[in-house]
Amino acid sequence: MADQNPAEPVDAAKPVAAQKYYRRFDRIDRVMHSTLMIAFIGCAITGLPPLFSDHAWAAALASALGGFARAALIHRICAVVMITVFVSHVGRIFLAAVRQTGLLATLWGPNSMTPQPQDFVDIVRHVSWFLGKGPRPRFDRYTYWEKFDYWAVFWGMFIIGGSGLVLWFPIQVSAFLPGWIFNVATVIHGEEALLAVGFIFTIHFFNGHLRPEKFPMDLVIFTGRIPEHELKDERPGEYARLVREGRLASLEATPPSRPAILWGYIVGGAAVIIGTVTAALILFSVIR
Amino acid sequence: MPAGPLKLISAALGSLALALALGLPAAAMAQQAGAKVAVTKVADPNEKCLGCHAEPEPTDKSAAGKPVQVLPEQFHKSMHGKAKVACIECHADAAMRKYPHESPAPAQCASCHEKAVKQYAATAHGVARSGGNTVAATCANCHGTHDTLPAADEQSRTNRANIEATCAACHGNEALVKQGKVPGGNIAALYHDSIHGKLLHSNGKAKDKVPVCTDCHGSHDIRPKSDPQSAVSRANIPDTCGTCHSRVKDVWSGGQHGKMRASGVMTAPGCTDCHGAHTIADPKVPKWQVGMIRECGGCHTRQIGTYRDTYHGQVTDLGFTVVATCASCHGAHEMLPKSNPLSKVSDERILSTCQVCHPKANANFVKFQPHANKHDKESGLILYYTSKFMQILLVGVFLAFGLHSILWLYRGLADRKARRARAASTLENP
Repeated sequence: MADQNPAEPVDAAKPVAAQKYYRRFDRIDRVMHSTLMIAFIGCAITGLPPLFSDHAWAAALASALGGFARAALIHRICAVVMITVFVSHVGRIFLAAVRQTGLLATLWGPNSMTPQPQDFVDIVRHVSWFLGKGPRPRFDRYTYWEKFDYWAVFWGMFIIGGSGLVLWFPIQVSAFLPGWIFNVATVIHGEEALLAVGFIFTIHFFNGHLRPEKFPMDLVIFTGRIPEHELKDERPGEYARLVREGRLASLEATPPSRPAILWGYIVGGAAVIIGTVTAALILFSVIR
Repeated sequence: MPAGPLKLISAALGSLALALALGLPAAAMAQQAGAKVAVTKVADPNEKCLGCHAEPEPTDKSAAGKPVQVLPEQFHKSMHGKAKVACIECHADAAMRKYPHESPAPAQCASCHEKAVKQYAATAHGVARSGGNTVAATCANCHGTHDTLPAADEQSRTNRANIEATCAACHGNEALVKQGKVPGGNIAALYHDSIHGKLLHSNGKAKDKVPVCTDCHGSHDIRPKSDPQSAVSRANIPDTCGTCHSRVKDVWSGGQHGKMRASGVMTAPGCTDCHGAHTIADPKVPKWQVGMIRECGGCHTRQIGTYRDTYHGQVTDLGFTVVATCASCHGAHEMLPKSNPLSKVSDERILSTCQVCHPKANANFVKFQPHANKHDKESGLILYYTSKFMQILLVGVFLAFGLHSILWLYRGLADRKARRARAASTLENP
């Protein structure tokens, strides 16, 4: 395995149907990601105008959305969708843990999202590789930055979702909490939103799609399938483990369907473009 | 088609026909009668003058080209015509008694209207005139010349309904405004679009009560606002507006701004500081309400900053007004300090104030701080440290992952370059 000089991605040039594919995400994962993505952008687009109310683009965007009342309605619908996806995901993981994978395998090991000692080793090795001082780490199924993204959403769900609900239902909340909680919730909601939007629209897009190895898009979250060469190059740890465990063949999948590829390029691409423009607006507004 | 031009054209045509019917024989008679003027007694003292001046030409213009035609019908209808005032009572200078008149003086209104002319001399117009401004209005600009009608007459230039147009002849004429360096620019257009102007042109009940120019500025006592005696001077504005808006004036006087004024702080805002003078808008218009917040913020800089941190402030900043503006909580004219129990934001009244928009608000709810400063421990330690924590989190995450991405980009690009170079060398030396 050429760690320091990854194998030529000659396979990438092959037509889609001529490559071997392995399943990485199932249908429900993909639907959830797309739903979360659309709802997240919905919340971002409707939530940013108040946060940057003193900028002309914010007023223009708010008017384009049909006024603040309409924007607030869209914001809340998207928020409910996101919370629903989140709760379903957690429920699904829990059910799968109980019925199939077992609680331990869900909480620890290569198929778990739990940060583990190997992840910290990987961080150090990955940065060393950036600096040309060592081989690329042999990543397994979930890398440390993917885990960070995942837990960032988890944390964000509680922080943004919680503060958002406090602001959505002030009368109910004030039945047992003092009114200054709305001041605190406003600060948390805004700052965490800025963190989430900024992170997804720059760091996540870069890590997932825009970095040179993936540019312009990685379709795996839309098709659910990873080409064999990518699995070997990017996740050699997982590939080797699957071979060792004799499970590789069972994960072999048909090539991605045309609609899935189109959806990935059009909707995913639109998301990347909207996100990048939004990130640029935020950056411009924060710097000014 | 508006009635104005139509009326003018028909009036002009009518007068012309009349002039032709009456004027020509009269002129012929005048020529004949030239020799025996001394013995001919005429019933109308002006007949002799009109003999020439009713003519469409060549006597409709002076040697200098100034229009000097007098339409008899128009003059007879005018106040002076009805009172049978002789031409020479106004045109009283000696030049008028000789023919042709050599360098005649302008009509002397003062020969009868001594008091009014004296008053005029002290007005903004009179002062400008005597200072050499040839654009500044004289008697004739507002009252007309041979067509002077009583203000009660609907056709009169000084009738309420026509005051706007009369003043606009100069104050709505860009060229004249420029030429005469008229203060305020095109004021007539501003007034026309103001709530006063709009009501004046409406068919509502307020039509006859709404102020026209002269109601605030006076007529023979128009003075610049810099003149302490002016009805529109900074000190007098509240009284002038209070003529109609007496209740509002009383509330304002009892409020913080009015009290400051009373104690001599002239910078405290009066009516026009917030509402404008000629641009007074309907206070129910969202655009005005939103603009008003910035107006308040012009002095109350700290408060507008913290207000903008809240949802109230953000929504209004975007141009929408369902949420609370400054006036929603502080009142539009009273604005009493929180310590005053009568204040809308006092501990005694805050709950009922919040309940206007949040009917179910309770004592807990109103512990919300509409002007919390997250950078100030005074506004609450939890708020302060939450804000600090969020900022550190934000900066930390972006710094760490920003650096991570930049390094990765560098490595990714370097590797791709190396791969391409290798691919090229493989092609050349297979």
